[in-house]
Amino acid sequence: MDAIASPVTLQDSSGNTEDLVYRTALPVRIWHWINAITIFVMLMSGATIFNAHPRLYWGKFGANYDHAWLVIGKRGAEGFVRLGEFEIVTTGFLGLTPYSSKAIPPLLTIPGYYSLAEGRQWHFFFAWVLMLSLVSFVVYSIFSRHLSRDLVLSSEERKLSHLWHDIKEHARLRFPTGAAARAYNPLQKIAYLGVIFVLIPLVILTGMTMSPTLNAAFPWLLDLFGGRQSARSIHFLCATGFCAFILIHLLMVLLAGPCNELRSILTGWYRLPKPRKDSL
Amino acid sequence: MISRRNALIGAGALTLSGCDSVTRSPSVRKILTLGEKATLTGQRLVTDRNALAPEFTRADLSPRFRVNGNSTASSADYAAHAASNFTDWKLEVGGKVARPLSLSLAQLRAAPQRTQITRHDCVEGWSAIAEWTGVPLALILRQAQIMPSAQYIVFHCADDFSGVPYYESIDMIDALHPQTILAHIMNGQPLPIGNGAPIRLRVERALGYKQAKYVMRIEAVETLSGIHGGGGGFWEDRSGYQWFAGI
Repeated sequence: MDAIASPVTLQDSSGNTEDLVYRTALPVRIWHWINAITIFVMLMSGATIFNAHPRLYWGKFGANYDHAWLVIGKRGAEGFVRLGEFEIVTTGFLGLTPYSSKAIPPLLTIPGYYSLAEGRQWHFFFAWVLMLSLVSFVVYSIFSRHLSRDLVLSSEERKLSHLWHDIKEHARLRFPTGAAARAYNPLQKIAYLGVIFVLIPLVILTGMTMSPTLNAAFPWLLDLFGGRQSARSIHFLCATGFCAFILIHLLMVLLAGPCNELRSILTGWYRLPKPRKDSL
Repeated sequence: MISRRNALIGAGALTLSGCDSVTRSPSVRKILTLGEKATLTGQRLVTDRNALAPEFTRADLSPRFRVNGNSTASSADYAAHAASNFTDWKLEVGGKVARPLSLSLAQLRAAPQRTQITRHDCVEGWSAIAEWTGVPLALILRQAQIMPSAQYIVFHCADDFSGVPYYESIDMIDALHPQTILAHIMNGQPLPIGNGAPIRLRVERALGYKQAKYVMRIEAVETLSGIHGGGGGFWEDRSGYQWFAGI
């Protein structure tokens, strides 16, 4: 099954031609949804685990008496986030809310009440799902050529001038139309490649680095990330990266036409947007 | 008319209660334990049984090692031993052993020792590095002629949480691991009471709640069922923490 097939020209009653293309192959769609659920469970159960000790450090060790570069906490009737020397009051959102005095409120955690043991059960079950589904997807993408055909940037797209043009178009919220919309655009490709080959592998490896047993099996992981507490900090930064990706991803879906985009990721069929009237 | 705000709160509450029924469902919890089994099997598969936990140098020591859990044992018996510097205290070794032992602190100090600078990782997420000196557990188990039928080593402790005694257990792979020691010296000083005097377990490839403090009695067993709640440890019984604490 080709991820990007030739368009099927349909004619509706009013005589308008609409180009429906089969853009998203079934394995890609299945992985997208498994991964979407998994990332949400990982973020929310990870928030429960973070709540057990909402302080982050750099180096091999770090506990209450050591310097933390990030602290989410409460002081009296005030919740706060402290980043280095910089502190902001976050009462009602982080650190302290009317419903909880945990760093991240229960609305955003799994389970929806504080239980480190249960948060860990969810996190480490879905860690396996995350890892196995990523490996399956990457193997599929290589052999089906989804990777080389749809995700890797063409030599033309890799030119700085081309990327700059794409950035400007995105900033003006002008997305490709017609035949040009059949393929992912360069910034989209970079975002997807970043999640698949940087963010998810990095979050898995830093997660493994926090395991005392795996430290014995793969001590080089500690050297790679600069110690267990550094790995924990990078793990948290990766989680922040996922949040940023999800926000931009959902925003782009909304801007590009949520119904069309949803149909494409559910059924595979994507309607090529008509050229804009104002386009040159 | 329902205001948007109330609708949002209602939807939020509905989602939350829906989530709660999922997280509290016994069948969901049962499925999730498959992850723990996979982690134990997977980690044991890629980790040699004698692979050492990383060891550090004195330059890496935590300036201050956090005391966590109980900071002392509250029994009168323990207080008496602490008052006399544990001179009359004895470590009992029993269960599935051919030769039960009763070892004094002096005997433990006179036995072959291992010193290691290792990282202590709390399940909560923090880490602290300290130097530990103690007797390899394997040595004691061999001395007691542990039986081949023994599958787990249980550590019975003097401390308790609201009357429920602390205990922990490890399997024979961890029990016979070269870095698994009964530590009585921490950072060159006799083990402080806050850190589990007279001896605490160091099982260096596991999280902090496995590092039982105030160890009074060691028991070799075939199965963990029937010992306290049957979960293999205090936190396992009370809060459902994973028995395998490798991650």
